[in-house]
Amino acid sequence: MSNAPAGDLCLANLTKRFGSFTAVDDLSLTIPQGSFFALLGASGCGKTTTLRMVAGLEEPTAGQVLLGDRDITRLRPYQRPVNTVFQSYALFPHLDIFENVAFGLRRRGVRDVAGQVRQMLSLVQLDGFERRRPAQLSGGQQQRVALARALINRPQVLLLDEPLGALDLKLRRQMQIELKRIQTEVGITFVHVTHDQEEAMTMADTVAVMNAGRIEQLGAPAEIYEFPASAFVANFLGQSNLLSAEVTGKSGEDVLVEAYGARFCVPASRARCMQGSVYLGVRPEKVRLAASSDEVPGGHQWVAGVVTDSSYLGVSTQYLVRTSWGIEMSVFAPNSQAGGPLPVGADVVVHWLPEHAFLLARERGKEESPAPARDRVDTAGVVS
Amino acid sequence: MGHRLWRWVADHWVMAIGLLVLGYLFLPVAVVIGLSFNRPSSRLSYDFNEFTLDNWRNPCATSDMCDAVVRSVQISFIATLVATVLGTLMAFALVRHRFRGRSAVNLLIFLPMATPELVMGTSLLALFVAAGVPLGFWTIVIAHVMFCLSFVVVTVKARLSGMDRRLEEAAMDLYANEWQTFRRITLPQVLPGIVAAALLSFSLSFDDFIITNFNSGTTVTFPMYVWGAAQRGIPPQVNVIGTAMFVVAILLVVLSSVRGRRTRVAA
Amino acid sequence: MSVLAHVGGVVGGGSEAPQHPVTPASASRWRRLMPYLLLLPGGLWLTLFFAVPAVQLVATSLYDPNGSLATGYAMTWSWENYPKALQAYVTHFGRSFLYAGLATVLAVLLGYPLAYAIAQKAGRWKNLLLVCVVAPMFTSFLVRTLAWKTILSDNGWVVGLLRELHVLDADGRLLATPVAVVLGLTYNFLPFMVLPLYANLERLDGRLLEAASDLYATPLRAFTKVTLPLSLPGLVAGTLLFFIPAAGDYINARLLGTPNEYMIGNVIDSAFLVRLDYPQGAALSVLLMVAVLAMVFVYLRRAGTEEVL
Repeated sequence: MSNAPAGDLCLANLTKRFGSFTAVDDLSLTIPQGSFFALLGASGCGKTTTLRMVAGLEEPTAGQVLLGDRDITRLRPYQRPVNTVFQSYALFPHLDIFENVAFGLRRRGVRDVAGQVRQMLSLVQLDGFERRRPAQLSGGQQQRVALARALINRPQVLLLDEPLGALDLKLRRQMQIELKRIQTEVGITFVHVTHDQEEAMTMADTVAVMNAGRIEQLGAPAEIYEFPASAFVANFLGQSNLLSAEVTGKSGEDVLVEAYGARFCVPASRARCMQGSVYLGVRPEKVRLAASSDEVPGGHQWVAGVVTDSSYLGVSTQYLVRTSWGIEMSVFAPNSQAGGPLPVGADVVVHWLPEHAFLLARERGKEESPAPARDRVDTAGVVS
Repeated sequence: MGHRLWRWVADHWVMAIGLLVLGYLFLPVAVVIGLSFNRPSSRLSYDFNEFTLDNWRNPCATSDMCDAVVRSVQISFIATLVATVLGTLMAFALVRHRFRGRSAVNLLIFLPMATPELVMGTSLLALFVAAGVPLGFWTIVIAHVMFCLSFVVVTVKARLSGMDRRLEEAAMDLYANEWQTFRRITLPQVLPGIVAAALLSFSLSFDDFIITNFNSGTTVTFPMYVWGAAQRGIPPQVNVIGTAMFVVAILLVVLSSVRGRRTRVAA
Repeated sequence: MSVLAHVGGVVGGGSEAPQHPVTPASASRWRRLMPYLLLLPGGLWLTLFFAVPAVQLVATSLYDPNGSLATGYAMTWSWENYPKALQAYVTHFGRSFLYAGLATVLAVLLGYPLAYAIAQKAGRWKNLLLVCVVAPMFTSFLVRTLAWKTILSDNGWVVGLLRELHVLDADGRLLATPVAVVLGLTYNFLPFMVLPLYANLERLDGRLLEAASDLYATPLRAFTKVTLPLSLPGLVAGTLLFFIPAAGDYINARLLGTPNEYMIGNVIDSAFLVRLDYPQGAALSVLLMVAVLAMVFVYLRRAGTEEVL
């Protein structure tokens, strides 16, 4: 089993069915060798199942897993040059740290493991922990042992199954930086499964957003954030204002839409769908507030409304503005100007650059725009 | 002050009763230990008479008793061995495999634990007599394996089902094939359960009277010896054996908890 | 693939769902057979030495009562063995259930506080106390029971104290009375009552009682309305695990009582081992089993917890 990094990881039409439930639905994906790849999605979307199929811990119902030019679909886990960092770390409780880390090497018949083990423990900053037991370590330390145990085998692909889930916020941030550093240093392909969008966007070169067994969108973090491919992605990553609209025509490079009786235009390059029912989307941090329509800069799209809620968050203030059509739009305004937040009841004009908006396909009959989630304060202070 | 006292009583009266009951549980044990140092005034007396170390110095003064103890140890050892192996296999089947007839198997395992020993003993006797099997050492072993099996299965099953399957996945992910995973990961993890089951089985077998009584023929185990001696007069050495059993068991418990604590203390 | 690996069920990974076998057809057939192979020795043993004897017991109870061990028994479907045995020993049956019942009540009264104390009030002494509950069982059952002969002896301090307090007459005894037998039964099987109760009470969330207290419940009310109902499954398990062996016990009656206190177990013992009246002994055993099962069934229906055990 050669461990020289060689080849992209390719998933071809991968499907996994459990009885009548389809966990992974005809998934195809290529992960370039040496990249940091994130599989992002909510619980139950199939991301962990996909990971397990790559590891060999789950047998695909259909499809293939290819590593470089090698079809590893039918290989047992111990026959694949792939290692996993488990969500619960899965450290062997009856072995000490040294033996845990050396486990893979020993199984492959490597004799002299001491040097490599020490080196690896150094890499994860756990020098001197060789003789301790997993139960004596903190969560963060256990996580690093799990990482060392996997990395020491120099796999072609390292799979990480929500490895930072059990850590507190500060430690998680620390580990995110650590993992990224190690990946850059070691140059191995990392496939990181997570439900935390911030984590995915911070660490990964490429993110795939998964929903119900399928990939909704694949791309660099900025790309998928700024130009989501579907309403799901628009709402899963950060927040979006989605207005139900109908395409009424084209004008040069722009697509014309009508929403609730008002007319808007969006550049064609920002449209996923150019006819029929659409969502006109714009992110709350891209939206500005003006006192009246006179103060709206030229070229901006605008809507008049009334402030119905204002939440001061330190870095920014989150407003809810009800338009004359009764729809509430979410606005994140940075608190960088002098003067306090706008009061509830104030008349305002909401405006945005056309290039900041996007058009997404909408199912006929889904009239209501998905309500902006007000209590997702974890993305507080999104500053454009 | 009265109020503070009242509060203290209110908070602690449950524990006080509990400790009293515990004392009640230990009273006979204390008596057994005490009696082991007793020289009874007569063979049929059960009262404390005179302190002596003779019983401990010559525990086998009545040779019959020590024969019975040896017999018990032999039987329990063999029965434990067989029951533990068979029971562990069954536990693995129940926890790790899918098969038809699971509820029938569960019933078969559960029933011996819920059946009165009297019924199990007499039914075995009925079978042996009807089949013309001579009663003795081996019929006792057979009977003991039978009732220990269920306890072994339950004990090992509890340990096995509590085991993290991810550990085995991790092992396979780290290049251990199925056999290596079983040997290096699964077995060490289940072992405490198997050991506990074996110890439980041994103590159940050693102390069994009712089922043994019906199936022993002329073979005498320690409990049977005591039963017979209750008529003829109990030698005080019986309490020596009782005390020794207690001490050995306590030592095992202490040892295992010390071991457990040592692997948990920070280096 | 080695046998032991298959024993461990290690092949196939950790998913709950039906696996599509990776390995060739012969290995997967092997894997499908594995559970049956694992169950075979133990299952066979239990069938041969538990299930079959039970059937044999019923058969023996129907043998011709006029046979004997020497001349052999003829199967005559003598159903009349049953009413005859029942008539002859109905008092012993009654006594068994009475003593066992009394002992059960006593065991609940003694065992519940102990289980509660360990579960809720013991903190870090929990494990030690649990060991203490089980520890007395480390000495021999018979030797322990004999110790009660010393404790309840006419010359002992218990009897002396009771005579002093005029609970007993000047020449009253405890030994060789039903009191001793019931006390012995209570003692011997008490851990069987305490442990299931403990297992149940240990899961009781102390915050429920705090909530009850917050909602104006007195401690007594909180107990009867919250703790007691929630501990019912443990109580049911405990009383069953206690009553079943207690009803069939005969050691306490023999060692601590007289033939006037003999329970059905003593009768069965003598039927098989002294009088060698196998059909009668078998009939009595079956009757005991049926009675116990019936009571368990009724009890479980009333208590409403089917999956207690």
